[in-house]
Amino acid sequence: MSTPLVMQAKGLVKRYGQVTAIAGADFELRAGEILAVIGDNGAGKSSLIKCLSGATVPDEGEILLDGQPVHFKTPIDARRAGIETVYQDLAVAPAMSISENLFLGRELRRPGFLGSVLRMLDKKRMLDQSIARMQDLKVGIRSMTQAVETLSGGQRQCVAVARAAAFARHVVIMDEPTAALGVKEGNMVLELIRRVRDQGLPVVLISHNMPHVFEVADRIHVARLGKRAAVLNPKKISMSDTVAVMTGAMPAESIPAECLA
Amino acid sequence: MKLPPIGTLGPFLALLVACAFFASQSDRFLTGGNLSLILQQVMVVGVIAIGQTLVILTAGIDLSCGMVMALGGIVMTKFATDLGLPPLLAVACGIGVTTLFGLANGLLVTRVKLPSFIVTLGTLNIAFAITQLYSNSQTVTDLPPLMTALGNTFAIGGKDGGTEVALGTVLMLALYALAWFVLRETAAGRHVYAVGNNAEATRLVGIPTQRVLLMVYVIAGFFYGIASLLSVARTGVGDPNAGQTENLDAITAVVLGGTSLFGGRGIILGSLVGALIVGVFRNGLTLMGVSSIYQVLVTGILVILAVATDQLSRKGARG
Repeated sequence: MSTPLVMQAKGLVKRYGQVTAIAGADFELRAGEILAVIGDNGAGKSSLIKCLSGATVPDEGEILLDGQPVHFKTPIDARRAGIETVYQDLAVAPAMSISENLFLGRELRRPGFLGSVLRMLDKKRMLDQSIARMQDLKVGIRSMTQAVETLSGGQRQCVAVARAAAFARHVVIMDEPTAALGVKEGNMVLELIRRVRDQGLPVVLISHNMPHVFEVADRIHVARLGKRAAVLNPKKISMSDTVAVMTGAMPAESIPAECLA
Repeated sequence: MKLPPIGTLGPFLALLVACAFFASQSDRFLTGGNLSLILQQVMVVGVIAIGQTLVILTAGIDLSCGMVMALGGIVMTKFATDLGLPPLLAVACGIGVTTLFGLANGLLVTRVKLPSFIVTLGTLNIAFAITQLYSNSQTVTDLPPLMTALGNTFAIGGKDGGTEVALGTVLMLALYALAWFVLRETAAGRHVYAVGNNAEATRLVGIPTQRVLLMVYVIAGFFYGIASLLSVARTGVGDPNAGQTENLDAITAVVLGGTSLFGGRGIILGSLVGALIVGVFRNGLTLMGVSSIYQVLVTGILVILAVATDQLSRKGARG
């Protein structure tokens, strides 16, 4: 194996009462890739992602980050470990400015007395860094001082993605980031996801949208019946075969070897 | 250069219009003495409104503010007269009680997850009952002079005494400046806005939203305590029936000042303007000889107009 694993999960199990949501699922994320996670409803896709992002604690199994075992009890633990998650429902504060949203919870204070005693925010520095950050990611938003609610849905999602990318040290997880968006806006976000990867951060992309998955993913993790059914190579396998693997119409054994990744 | 949206400028314009109207109706309205009187009348509501603004910014509401303020006033005056505590200690006890009420409101909202409307409706009645029971519905008199010192005035300008300004008014303005600074320039203040804007998103970026909420209610209680002191200083007595007009006036002031009842939007100085609007209306109508019950009527209409403006302007902004 050439590329190192950034994040790995082995034999994850999560039960909710009588229901077993994931039954020994494995997961591997390589450095610098976009890994799409797909699966039918109830395949254990969201439970897997919740374990990785700290939203739930798995009953069994282990999660490794850069080879070290980690135990997340809350999303905040995961965030401290350098994993940022972008949620589907536009997790931004609408009446606050873009710059404020980018730095929410990680505000920069002024140097010296003003910052340490009066606890004054360094709005200028946050604004400058926001502008630089958005230029890096080529997000074309004119003013960082405008309220997020003045933006389109796609632009808002770009703000959420940019925030995650700015603060993630290891992994960015995106849960259906394009689901609520139109075609053009969705493409804008996809483009941004590619740029985040190109800057060196591996991305886990959960999506129902097959064309989107095939457009950006380097590998596709297919969740089925609480396990990982296969990891596919989108350059070799067709969209319809992928759906067949996802639904079980094509058993994992019968997938041609060159289509696996 | 861009103009502030009408939402921020609106309250100020309304204040100017109200002033112009009352100036045209009464020669006495625009005198220094009367304007100073308005400021003195406004200082209690103004300080309560600071606490109320914090709560409303988090998309909550505190219906107990005026009654808690009245209880604080009774506690500090009774402690000073009946128990003979030194005035400063008695004042600290009164502020302590209002802060504890804030803590109780905050714990019920954050830990028991009750809506603030219901919680504070309960504490409104509790505070009112305790006030009446503890004071036997009697006014507390013969206060030590130190306790009413904030009601003292000093003169500015003019040679024959000039215009008298109460110390409490200065304190109110200082508290507004402080609140404005914290809300605008510090992370803690921005987090208050963030919680009101999108509590879930705020939690997910790692801000302890429950702690922010709890602190907001506690600090609001603290401000009600300072308002208790101002009320005692202004009237010179501990009045068990204080707070009844202030309760709704403070909420009216915040809403008139442009803070959204849906949380996350508003400017603290707007609440000061809102309190001044309420004060100007009460004062102006009194000068015109309008009976006080009509003043209540006008306040009611004002608050509905303000909320309607908030709602409609935000609809318009969304397109």
